[in-house]
Amino acid sequence: MSQSVERQVVLPFAQVVRISFNSMRVRLARSLITTASLALAIAFVAYIWSGYAILNSVWPHIDSSVQEDILSSGYEMTDGHFGSSPKDRWLAILSLIVCVVGIVNAQLMAVTERFREIGTFKCLGALNSFVVRIFVLEGIYQGIFGGLIGSILGILVATLTITLKLGWSAIVFWPALKMLLTIAEALFLAALLSLLGVMYPALVAARMEPAVALRAEA
Amino acid sequence: MELQGDHNVVRLSEVTKVFRMGNNRVEALKGINFAIKAGEYLSIMGPSGSGKSTLFNMIGALDKPTTGRVFIDEVDVAQLDAYELAWLRCRKIGYIFQTFNLIMVMTAIENVTLPMIFAGMNRDEYMEKGMELLRLVGLAERFQHKPPELSGGQQQRVAVARALANSPAIILADEPTGNLDLTTGEEIITLLKHLSTERGVTIISATHDIKMLNVSDRIVWIRDGRIDRVEERRDLKISVGEVG
Ligand SMILES: Nc1ncnc2c1ncn2[C@@H]1O[C@H](COP(=O)(O)OP(=O)(O)OP(=O)(O)O)[C@@H](O)[C@H]1O
Ligand SMILES: [Mg+2]
Repeated sequence: MSQSVERQVVLPFAQVVRISFNSMRVRLARSLITTASLALAIAFVAYIWSGYAILNSVWPHIDSSVQEDILSSGYEMTDGHFGSSPKDRWLAILSLIVCVVGIVNAQLMAVTERFREIGTFKCLGALNSFVVRIFVLEGIYQGIFGGLIGSILGILVATLTITLKLGWSAIVFWPALKMLLTIAEALFLAALLSLLGVMYPALVAARMEPAVALRAEA
Repeated sequence: MELQGDHNVVRLSEVTKVFRMGNNRVEALKGINFAIKAGEYLSIMGPSGSGKSTLFNMIGALDKPTTGRVFIDEVDVAQLDAYELAWLRCRKIGYIFQTFNLIMVMTAIENVTLPMIFAGMNRDEYMEKGMELLRLVGLAERFQHKPPELSGGQQQRVAVARALANSPAIILADEPTGNLDLTTGEEIITLLKHLSTERGVTIISATHDIKMLNVSDRIVWIRDGRIDRVEERRDLKISVGEVG
C-alpha cells in the first residue's frame, strides 16, 4: 500500500501571528468589546493599587490640617501607611477577584461563541495546536492592550481624586516610578488572566471532533 | 463511464452512530457497509432525518463512529494521528456542508483561501488560485463580500469554491444544490460531473435533486440509519419516475 496519507504542515510562527492579527481585524468591534471589559477590570485594580501609593508618597509633604481632613474622611492609617488596614486589604482582594472573574468570563464567552468557527477551521485542515495558538495570541494582545489602557485609566482616576482632595502637591510628589511598576504589574496580570480565560475553551474546542464543534451552540 | 481500477477510496464497515442526550438514545446509523470506488459519482438519497449528514461526517472523518470502521484509501481513519487527520481533511477531501459553514466575518476570497493557507501555500499562489476558483463559480467580482452580504445560493457557490481549493481527490457534499436556482444548480452539477470524469475526482453527495441523480454512477438509498437499496445508473432510467 502506497503512503496515501501524509502529515499536515505546521505553519511557521510568523504566519500564525499574521493570521491572529487578521482574525482580530475582521471582528474588530467584538474584539474591542472584550478588550474594553478587560480594561475596565484592570482599571479597578490599578485604581485601588495606585490610590494608596500616591497617598503614601504625598502624605509627608502636606499640611497637617489637610492630613486631619483625610484621616477624618475615613482613610485608615496603620504604621504610618495607608492601604494595609484589614478593610483596605479586603478591598484589594475584592478588586482582584472582580478582575479575575471579569477577564476570565469575558474571554470564556468570546471563545465559546466561536466554537463553530473552530470546527470549520478543523474541517479545513487546521491542527489543534494552530487553533490554540491563534486564541492564545489573540488573548495576549487583548490582555496587553486592555491592561495598558486599563491601568493608565485607573491611575489617572486615582491621581485625579487625590489631587482634588490634597491639592497640587499630589502632582508634585506623584510617585512616577511606583506608577510605572503598577502599570507593569497590571499588564502582567491582564495578560495572564486573559490567557487563562482563553486557554480553557480553546483547548476544549480544539480537541473536539470537528462535527461536534460545528454543532455547538454559539 | 469507466471506473478507475477497483481501488476503494472510501469503505465503511459496520459503522454505527448513537447520539446520547441524557436518557435519550438516537441511533442515527445502524450498521452501514459499503465501498466507493475511485472516480465514482455517488449520490446518497433518503428522507429527512434518515442519517445522511451523520454518514457525511463519518465518511469525511469529521466525527468518530460509535462502532465500526471507516477506511479512506484503505487506511483505517481511527489509526491516523492528528497530523495525518488534518492532512486528510485539508488535502484529500473537499467538504460542501448542508449549512455551508463559511466563516461569517471573512470575505469570499478569505474563505476560499483558508484551506490553502492551512496547506502551507504562499500568498501569491493562494490568492491566484482563490480568484480562479471564485471565477469558476461565477463570483469573482464579489470576492470582497462577506457571507451575510451574499445570497444563500452565492454562499453555497463560495462553499463549492472552497471545497475545490486544494484539488481534493474526494468531494463530499451535503445537498450542494439545495439552495440554488435551476441554472446555477445545473452548473454546479456539470462542474462536479466534469471533475469526476476529467480528473477522476470521487464525488459523494447527499441530494434530493433529480438532475444530480441523472449524472450519478450509483445511488444509495438510506432509510432510518440503514442502507435501503443501491442502484446502478443503468437501472435508474426506469426508477427516476418514482423519485420525485
Ligand atoms: N448531534 C446530534 N445529537 C442528537 N441526535 C442527532 C445529532 N445529529 C443527528 N441526530 C439525529 O440523527 C438522525 C439523523 O440525522 P441527520 O442529520 O444525519 O439526518 P439527515 O438525513 O441529514 O436529514 P436532513 O435531510 O434533514 O438533513 C436524526 O434523527 C437526528 O435527530
Ligand atoms: Mg442533513
